[in-house]
Amino acid sequence: MSDKFDVAIVGAGPSGAAAALTLAKAGLSVVVFERGEFPGSKNMFGGVLYTPILDKLVPGFWEEAPLERHIVKRRFGLFSESSEAAFEFRCEDFNQKPPFNQSFSALRAQFDPWLAKKAKEAGALIIPETVVDDLLWKDGKVIGVKARREGGEIEADVVIAADGVNSFLAKKSGLRKDFSWNVLAVAAKEIIALPRGTIEDRFGLEGNEGVAVECFGDVVAGTVGAGFIYTNRETLSVGVACSINAFIDKKIVPNDLLERFKNHPSIRRLIRGGKTLEYAGHMIPEGGYKQVPEVIADGLLLVGDAAHLVNASFYHEGTNLAMASGLFAAETIIEAKKKDDFSRNGLKAYFQKLEESFVLKDLKKYRQVEVWAHKNNKFFKEYPDLMLEVLKDYFTVSETPKAHIQQAIVKKLRTRLKPLRTLVELNQFRKSFFSS
Amino acid sequence: MKIAVCIKQVPATESKIKPAADGKDIDRTGLSFVVNPYDEFGVEEALKIKEQLGEGRITVISIGSDKTAEALRTCLAVGADQAIHIKDAALEGSDAHALARVLTAALQRENLDIIFFGKQAIDDDSGAVGIYVAEMMNLPHVSAINKLEILSDENRAVAHRQIEGGTEIIEVSLPAVFTCQKELNEPRYASLPGIMKAKQKPLSVLSLADLEIAPDSVGLDNAVITLDQLSPPPTRTAGTPLEGNAEEAVSELVRLLREEAKVL
Repeated sequence: MSDKFDVAIVGAGPSGAAAALTLAKAGLSVVVFERGEFPGSKNMFGGVLYTPILDKLVPGFWEEAPLERHIVKRRFGLFSESSEAAFEFRCEDFNQKPPFNQSFSALRAQFDPWLAKKAKEAGALIIPETVVDDLLWKDGKVIGVKARREGGEIEADVVIAADGVNSFLAKKSGLRKDFSWNVLAVAAKEIIALPRGTIEDRFGLEGNEGVAVECFGDVVAGTVGAGFIYTNRETLSVGVACSINAFIDKKIVPNDLLERFKNHPSIRRLIRGGKTLEYAGHMIPEGGYKQVPEVIADGLLLVGDAAHLVNASFYHEGTNLAMASGLFAAETIIEAKKKDDFSRNGLKAYFQKLEESFVLKDLKKYRQVEVWAHKNNKFFKEYPDLMLEVLKDYFTVSETPKAHIQQAIVKKLRTRLKPLRTLVELNQFRKSFFSS
Repeated sequence: MKIAVCIKQVPATESKIKPAADGKDIDRTGLSFVVNPYDEFGVEEALKIKEQLGEGRITVISIGSDKTAEALRTCLAVGADQAIHIKDAALEGSDAHALARVLTAALQRENLDIIFFGKQAIDDDSGAVGIYVAEMMNLPHVSAINKLEILSDENRAVAHRQIEGGTEIIEVSLPAVFTCQKELNEPRYASLPGIMKAKQKPLSVLSLADLEIAPDSVGLDNAVITLDQLSPPPTRTAGTPLEGNAEEAVSELVRLLREEAKVL
């Protein structure tokens, strides 16, 4: 095969497309292989897209990108079987003018083809329905890919593996070993159709405003994980995402957990009458900082989920990190081309860019969260239940004098909590989420 | 040997189709589109003939909007040599007869030996255009072929078609029109070099003016056949469970078959 490309990218999701767009704009020859029927046909995405990097890739993206609603409100709910206590934040400043708060609900089956189209318009060749099975090697360096088609061996100066959480290329290259279960989460999601007006009324929205709702505790059987609802224009993205360990411990399958979530009295009313249009499930790499593998080899870069770049914490941020890593990989290759050095050393700027940006800084900051969550699963079941029980005691109306109620509550807390232990746990929580 | 394959871009076979709000067309939002599977047999057969004879030129032709270019590129990727995309706003809503006239005008410019069509497009299933074109071009045609043998020295072809209880073998002189049935061949996947070369292959765009066809002779307003209404199939009603023991249930079933369904 005589056609050699500057860069071969495997996977046309946000990381691959971001890299392809940046490289093609700089005049490099780029080929992108996509396993699915079209980019975005094989995605799993909760629903909120953070866009600071997209703003760099496609300035003024909001004019043309297929976005659903801009997020003006975030809600975190703690649930017991019968009750809910929630914290909700809404800010009118997030509702002023595009790009609002750089967060939008979106449907990736529409967003990914759009971003890939931008890359195509810039000159990248995008080849869907094509699986890449292996890397081509020469003298210990990656020199191309082997796609599952006749004449499928394609040479390139650099290969970017943007092939997702299961990245076979990362594994084949030796950069990544097999995962252990506790670093992966599984998400199951439905897209539920409801009339626009109904969504806006039920969630207290106007126009294209959107809300991100995250739910913890009994709604997801007290697992380390969360249920979510994100509002689109005429659909809701409703799902659960929990660590695989949690599913094993609770002996519950993702679909049953999703049903449990949808049937909780507080959730049921939000989705009532909706029609399920789609069902999706996938793994999410939530191992955080410690699981980020080596991302550079001679002639190879890992980006996005393949590089385990997901910030689980409160932000559930993956797509933005993916686009950032794609952008950084592309910038690195553009520089490396000037020196014609695509060795590990020649590409080392990629890791520096990740380290110096929010990508690895954020993952590093939240590096303890995953460990904390698994050690402190009381925060997902026992404590929410207790808190909601106490709130119920407090708000229950009866002839009992208020002083008696309060005394009973204090007594209940004393018997159910070990003060010192709880303080230690709260401190661990603080350290995991709020220290740097 | 000069071969043309007329193709149509249709919704992918697994698509969930629903009528549009006006009931005059399908709702195209969110659908993905493919080359009509029966047309793919035509493309494959053309490639096989070219390979077998060691020479030939394959032209794929389609009528449609901008998006249709994707279907033509797909055919170029598997090995067709050139593509003609007939695109004109006035063609919107044209019936099979008008489309056949337009295709005929384009095909007549090419001095062809063989013209392939799919036996029908899987969207409207009308199966008319190929046969109209043969008639308009005054060429012999064989429909729904499942085997084809080209005797190029004698400028003849032998086509097989499945009929009730047997096979019909038909000999025709070339040039001729064939519409393709499944079993004719196994369409190939595009090779990677094929996909890359497809970008460079010639794809010419023709308008009605290029084909010297008056815009007011085509389109929805000038259709010989007009679509009255599209409606979804009736939703299946729930079955009726029959109560009682086996004996009672059977006699109730017999009664229902006789009195309600009136099939006994």
